[in-house]
Amino acid sequence: MTIKEIQNEIIDEFSMFDDWMQRYEYIIELGKTLPLIKEEYKTDENLIKGCQSKVWLQGEEKEDKIVFTADSDAILTKGIIAILIRAFSNQKASDIINADTDFIDEIGLKEHLSATRANGLVSMIKNIKMYALAFDAKNKN
Amino acid sequence: MLDIQKIRADFPILSQTVNGKPLVYFDNGATSQKPQIVIDAEVKYYQEINANIHRGVHTLSQLATDAYEISRGKVKDHINAKHAHEVLFTSGTTHGINLVTNGFASILKPGDEVIVSSLEHHSNIVPWQMLCEKTGATLKVIPMNENGELILEEFDALLSEKTKVVTVNHISNALGIINPIKYIIDKAHAVGSAVLIDGAQAVPHLKPNVQELDCDFYAFSGHKMCGPTGTGILYGKEEWLNKLPPYQGGGEMIKEVTFEKTTYADLPHKFEAGTPNIAGGIVLGTAIDYLNNIGFENIQEYEHKLLEYATKRLLEIEGLRIYGTGKNKASVVSFNIDGIHPYDIGSIIDKLGIAVRTGHHCAQPIMNFFCIPGTIRASFSFYNTKEEIDQMVEAVKKAQTMLS
Repeated sequence: MTIKEIQNEIIDEFSMFDDWMQRYEYIIELGKTLPLIKEEYKTDENLIKGCQSKVWLQGEEKEDKIVFTADSDAILTKGIIAILIRAFSNQKASDIINADTDFIDEIGLKEHLSATRANGLVSMIKNIKMYALAFDAKNKN
Repeated sequence: MLDIQKIRADFPILSQTVNGKPLVYFDNGATSQKPQIVIDAEVKYYQEINANIHRGVHTLSQLATDAYEISRGKVKDHINAKHAHEVLFTSGTTHGINLVTNGFASILKPGDEVIVSSLEHHSNIVPWQMLCEKTGATLKVIPMNENGELILEEFDALLSEKTKVVTVNHISNALGIINPIKYIIDKAHAVGSAVLIDGAQAVPHLKPNVQELDCDFYAFSGHKMCGPTGTGILYGKEEWLNKLPPYQGGGEMIKEVTFEKTTYADLPHKFEAGTPNIAGGIVLGTAIDYLNNIGFENIQEYEHKLLEYATKRLLEIEGLRIYGTGKNKASVVSFNIDGIHPYDIGSIIDKLGIAVRTGHHCAQPIMNFFCIPGTIRASFSFYNTKEEIDQMVEAVKKAQTMLS
């Protein structure tokens, strides 16, 4: 599936909920599906800065795609990074670079994008895109 | 006895809903809400007497100057300073502390020592670290025990003739512990050290008496005591303020300027360069009047009841731990629930209308001491109620169920 198709699928799933509690419960559930980062990759280098909770993210090249793994010490954050990984993992670097992130608004997580939230959603997206840019640049050389 | 419903009616913001729920505002340690009288005073200033102060001969300028200086006088009386010129208007506690550390840059020498406490907010750590880097002085830290209380024997052992400044907060922002500052001040003075007290978290709850305390500096913010943001006070003993060089150069702080030499104005103007937050300074006086009308004894008595009630109710929750269990406490409860990140709890109870602070509270050394990423901090004001505490407890329980 393309990134856009996955994002639309996520939007569909979230549209079934009519209140925040169901949404949060679903985010917590999604956190349990997160492809976990290997313990040895839980380094300071892979720690995303600017979060109230800790988030580690690791990207690896598999064939022509990037596969992400992550973890967090907070459950909601784990769910949020799981949503991002579902959308962006196992995709080509160029597709990740060009993908938009509007679906975050549509699933009602817009509030997590504000600067005060400090849960690092913005930083997570940035780090995912940075991985893609780095792999893309490397492959072009 | 306080009429809480009548008091709550003074604060328009308290009647609103957040995320569809009635707002329960327990983030008073970060900033307090403002009563209508304070909001009105701010508007009235701009509607009626806005002019630059200490300069113009025209009527408006004089009215504004008078109002500003009357407010300085109110602060002087409130904290029982000896002179009004010992009361400097600042933008807040951080500004006040930096004004002092900047001044000490020309006083400290390599080998001198500065003592801070392990309970400090970053704003009372970092400026002193910067000062030490600049001067070659050494930073020493008073440790704390498991209850979040400073270990005074260790403090005694740190003191020597090398000690030049001791700085400690009156009340810890992260834990709510009230520090034995009188003891600390007296001991520090005995070795000839100056003492700065960070009163940011104290002034909403009590009336500091700077002459009785005998501290050399006392810094606090207006916005935590029902005043406007961007206001604050640095009290300094006259002899110290005369000794310290000016912090910022500019208008207002000079006596005479030529290109060869500038002579500085007398206190307090020496430290008040540029056009200050005039409206804020005036309105801070209004806020202080408001609090004194309610009465700090009443405030303390009521807030203590809230603290006791909240502590009791929260401890009913399984796996909940309170940090800062020392006896002498302000109305602040910092807590965590076993196995749940404070961020998760904070996010969920926010959805239920409860405003608390989560995170390290700008006091990372305290979090490191307890080996935790942060806490949930509920800080109560005299306008909060037991019913609101019940709502928070229910919200925390709900969050706990969702998260475990």
